[in-house]
Amino acid sequence: MSEDQLYFFYDLFQYLINGICQGSIYALIALGYTMVYGIIKLINFAHGEFYMIGAFTGYFCIRGGIPLYFAFPIAMLVPGIIAVLIEKIAYKPIRHAGRIPALITALGVSFFFQYFGQNVLGADPKAFPEVYEETIYNLGEAVSISSTQIIIIVTTLVLMLFLRWLVMSTKVGKAMRATSFNKDASELMGIDTDKIISFTFFIGASMAGAAGVLVGIYYNTVEPMMGLIPGLKAFIAAVLGGIGIIPGAVLGGLVLGVVENLVVGFWESTYRDAVSFGILILILLVKPTGILGTKTKEKV
Amino acid sequence: MEYLAHLTLNCGIFIILAVSLNLINGMAGQFSLGHAGFWAIGAYTGAAFSVFSPLPIPDWMNLFIGCGIGGISASIAGILIGIPCLRLRGDYLAIATLGFSEIIRLLIVNMDVVGGPRGFTNIPKWANLGWVYLWVVITILFISNLMKGTHGRAIISIREDEIAAESIGINTFKYKLMAFVIGSGFAGVAGALFAYSQQFIHPNGFNFLWSVIILLMIILGGLGSITGAVIGAVILTLLPEVLRLMGETISQWRMVIYSLLLIMLMLWRPQGLFGKKELNLSALLGRKKS
Repeated sequence: MSEDQLYFFYDLFQYLINGICQGSIYALIALGYTMVYGIIKLINFAHGEFYMIGAFTGYFCIRGGIPLYFAFPIAMLVPGIIAVLIEKIAYKPIRHAGRIPALITALGVSFFFQYFGQNVLGADPKAFPEVYEETIYNLGEAVSISSTQIIIIVTTLVLMLFLRWLVMSTKVGKAMRATSFNKDASELMGIDTDKIISFTFFIGASMAGAAGVLVGIYYNTVEPMMGLIPGLKAFIAAVLGGIGIIPGAVLGGLVLGVVENLVVGFWESTYRDAVSFGILILILLVKPTGILGTKTKEKV
Repeated sequence: MEYLAHLTLNCGIFIILAVSLNLINGMAGQFSLGHAGFWAIGAYTGAAFSVFSPLPIPDWMNLFIGCGIGGISASIAGILIGIPCLRLRGDYLAIATLGFSEIIRLLIVNMDVVGGPRGFTNIPKWANLGWVYLWVVITILFISNLMKGTHGRAIISIREDEIAAESIGINTFKYKLMAFVIGSGFAGVAGALFAYSQQFIHPNGFNFLWSVIILLMIILGGLGSITGAVIGAVILTLLPEVLRLMGETISQWRMVIYSLLLIMLMLWRPQGLFGKKELNLSALLGRKKS
């Protein structure tokens, strides 16, 4: 192998690692998207904002001297609680009005948090405090992985397995699956669907909150507008994998993260977002149910 | 006086945008979140025409040619985007159009000929109050006449029930596309007028936020009502200025107020101010339509 080829592969590996790391973040946010969509067919546009709220909660906790292992659960709890409140105040009253009014409300909630945050916290990016000494491990000549990247990938894996366990092997999970399959029938079977929907919002938003803290540590900055683009990207990831399907969200997130980083590495970084949206449109046209989805038909 | 004229002119441009989006979202019931993208196409093609190859004819004729170019290129984009996207329904369509409008904006950012991220400067000031409002009248007359005819009825039937419309022999795809293309075309005209009145356009001026603001205009006025769209556009163009008069702090909270307005409208008055009704002279005089 010539020198050039060797460096090409080094680059490729490096971008793959960065991509998997970025993709894990997308996957964490996409999990919440996909769960909420699966259960009440709502594209929760405000989901990216729970990620922002998580990041800021982490920021204020760590600046207030709370150690990371306490700050992390708090940063998951706070967005979760806010999500439940939002669901009760804004989404529940219009649940029967159809998908478009719900989508518009979600847009409103999303803008509310962005601009409320901008007015209260200031629009300028804030430096996330350093929580631990960063170590960089070299894998071969020009490929490296940082401890933060390892933490992100491992946390995502753990949370995803936890979610998988929660949905597939617990009573709550069974109720969630039943509600998403047929809400009216599960109500007749004695499932408190309102509670289950709130719980889904809570879990989804706390996943996004976790992603927020991880990104805060990784990029060292937090700002009120940080939720918009990752929120949209996570939606793309959820659609790519098959919206409503939990492993699909993770698969979609990882694919999207890797593709984006390859675009940045081997093409131009300014085209990154355009490529992501292109993927979204392509998947909506070719297979709207996503990679892992199965086809359903609309009934009259 | 200058300030008031500028404000009135902006009102006119937003009326065109709101009425054209209303044709897509309110009349045909196809929920588009990408109106700012078509607006941007119209603005940039119109501006490119005026900067690179203006014809040696009076300005007002150039203005009309520029608006035509803006409108036609936005409708061509509407055809290209509409054919694949209009196969999707409801929320999926919303996200796909949002995606396309962002792609359009990012392509413009990467296009150096038209200034890229620095914005497009030195656009001649061809538009004035009279020309803008002439286009407002053209837009409203065109769309309201369209809605009175066979095509308009077909478009409304799609909103009411797409499957039923298809079953009585309406080519739903054709009419959805027609509404989409006409709507995006007028957004392009509004873009060209915007470029000729502002003399400076920037890709970030056409971002997702503006799609949402135009959407808020027609929701406030009432989805499906042309009068509603006009009034919604006027209210939301004037509101920031009113807030500015009330003080710097309130003005800063503009977007928070908008978002709360959007949520409250959905919770308490989802049909907007006018619903699907039109306000016209015969309704004001209390005469019933036969």
